Amino acid sequence: MNQCNYSKGQLSVLVTLRVLIGWYFLYEGLVKLLSPRWTAYGYLMDSKGVFAPLYKMIAGNPDLMAAADFINMWGLLLVGLFLIMGLFEKTGYIGAILFLVLYYLSHPPLLQATYLLPTEGSYLWVDKNLVMLGAVAVLFFFPTAKKIGMDRIICKNKSK
Amino acid sequence: MNEKDSNPTEKKDNQENADQKPVSHGRREAIKALATVPVLGAMAYGVYRKRKQEMRNLTSADMFHFKSEVAPLSPLSADGRIIRLGIIGSGIRGKQLMIALGFGTPEYVERLIQGQKQNSSDNRFKDFREQEDLKIVITAICDIFDVHAEEAISAGANIHREGLNGKYGTAPRRYHHYRELLAAEDVDAVVIASPDHWHGQMALDAARAGKHVYLEKPMTWTVPETYALRSAVKESGIIFQLGHQNRQVEAYGRAREIVAKGLLGPVSLIETGTNRNDPNGAWVYKIHPDASPETIDWQQFEGDPERVKEYMDYMTSSGLAKYVGPEPRDKFSLERFFRWRCWWDYSTGLSGDLLTHEYDAMNQIMHLGIPSSATSSGGVYFFRDGRTVPDVLQTAFEYAHKGLTMLYSATLASQFNRSRKIMGHDATMEVGNTLTVTIDPRSEQYRDKINNGTIKPGQPFYHYVPGKSIDAVTSATELYFAERGLLYSYVDGKRYNTTYLHLREWLECIRNGEQPSCDIDRGFEEAITAHMGTRAYLEGRTMYWDPEKEEITRG
Repeated sequence: MNQCNYSKGQLSVLVTLRVLIGWYFLYEGLVKLLSPRWTAYGYLMDSKGVFAPLYKMIAGNPDLMAAADFINMWGLLLVGLFLIMGLFEKTGYIGAILFLVLYYLSHPPLLQATYLLPTEGSYLWVDKNLVMLGAVAVLFFFPTAKKIGMDRIICKNKSK
Repeated sequence: MNEKDSNPTEKKDNQENADQKPVSHGRREAIKALATVPVLGAMAYGVYRKRKQEMRNLTSADMFHFKSEVAPLSPLSADGRIIRLGIIGSGIRGKQLMIALGFGTPEYVERLIQGQKQNSSDNRFKDFREQEDLKIVITAICDIFDVHAEEAISAGANIHREGLNGKYGTAPRRYHHYRELLAAEDVDAVVIASPDHWHGQMALDAARAGKHVYLEKPMTWTVPETYALRSAVKESGIIFQLGHQNRQVEAYGRAREIVAKGLLGPVSLIETGTNRNDPNGAWVYKIHPDASPETIDWQQFEGDPERVKEYMDYMTSSGLAKYVGPEPRDKFSLERFFRWRCWWDYSTGLSGDLLTHEYDAMNQIMHLGIPSSATSSGGVYFFRDGRTVPDVLQTAFEYAHKGLTMLYSATLASQFNRSRKIMGHDATMEVGNTLTVTIDPRSEQYRDKINNGTIKPGQPFYHYVPGKSIDAVTSATELYFAERGLLYSYVDGKRYNTTYLHLREWLECIRNGEQPSCDIDRGFEEAITAHMGTRAYLEGRTMYWDPEKEEITRG
């Protein structure tokens, strides 16, 4: 894997973007962790589009629902930590992409879809999940954690 | 990471750095590796501050602290004996009650099966199949319309909850007169879902026959039979439950606690109402194509002679003859048979059908009892189809001794959503499937907290969502989902039908000899209150209650 040689400016904005997205994930995970009995049930039941039956099936099964809640809570938290700390960077990006794809497919901004929760913006086909997905994809191909991040230590240790 | 993966330029740089400044090299490496870690500290600080602020705002958790969670459904008694049921009246409501008991016609179950096939998220069939077995058997049916009776028989025999071409059990026996059913030895208890003008009499006869009774609301059609029924139930010792299934709404239990703890302050006004806007909601029900004088026992439909005499005596002696009929009672009429709610001759109008639910909800929460007086107004304003009962009704019940008014306001020609409100000097509570308490800006009880900014008056301060243990909903998201019933149905694991819960409670009381939540005393309060409202409307003047003599008077 090649880490490109970035200019100082490039490195700064890429690391900043990584940390910002990490922050977003980490806080989402923390909020869920700190809310007693938080559950994604309502969100899943409000799914629209072709995959809606799948999400509703998960919500309808208490075991799957418990698993989905657990994965969401701890997954978001871990992805957030990885991105901020620059630890297991690629794993973090893949996790982030998985979550964002799942969220996008659950609540796609379709022509006809209206959701229980009002959005803070206006969307058609493209929403903020998709935009963030694009940003994470960019980071995936322009990694930074071996320059600024704990992967630097891992990388050094391994290369010794 | 392989050796080849590391950047050769960087390696060279590092080598040079190491040669030149061995001490600072390690430090620089550490800085580069850990440069972003302080961000975690920033987040920890932010989360700490935010939580601290939230905790300060969430004094509702302290102020609205409740000892217990609302009790989950207790399991059916282990030694539960089988209860043999008779169904009296299996029209629209009777069939709904049978379904709640776990008995649907094969046609009904087939529709659920097809619904699930067409839409995998349609869980009605699954829910119906999985609904707990209440350990009952339906042995007897009585309906005076042959089609309804046949449907009830096939539902009663559908013990495995199957669709068409399934395997069915023994069919219940059909009785043509309800008194024959009450005389049957293989009936322990009856579910009565007849038209209003038969409610009191059928329940009375059932109690005298020693059968336990689940009676649809309103409890009675005439005032005198209300007293007679109360005596008969008490003397017979049967278990009586009036069909106000809202007794099972989980949020009402918490609402009662909030009122009892004085968190609303002195309550001076309660506002309830009904809004509907379709012919079905205005009782213009479908007329069955097979209905005719041959398939309907009109004579039995007319009513019990003694009760009809009471009704006629009251109407004529009070100058209310214009509300009687207009068709003669003995004249067969499909309209009157299927849409009986539209005429006082059989009905109790909005008061009996819908006000009673609202009243009973408030009676549960506030222990209101019978009002000191009632005043009503309204009229037939939209459905001018020949009905005698109003489609718009306002009734104000005064509780002079409690210092409060309960207002009921209804229209059958607008579906605008109005919440039930209990208005106190310190706070107002809106009551539905969820509860919302809003602190009053002029509250005295909360003045300090308003002044120091802990409470923002005029904004929802406390939410209760059934099935959640936290006493304050922490996010707007949760509230959105909760108010739409998406949250608690999961936490409960199942979405329970309140009618099912209400019937279940009655059956369990029969087994344990306990009194159910809407027993004869609550029923008496409900009936008298509704009658006061009805009489106030009919006579156009205020009706009073004399608690000593237990009489409705005209002041």
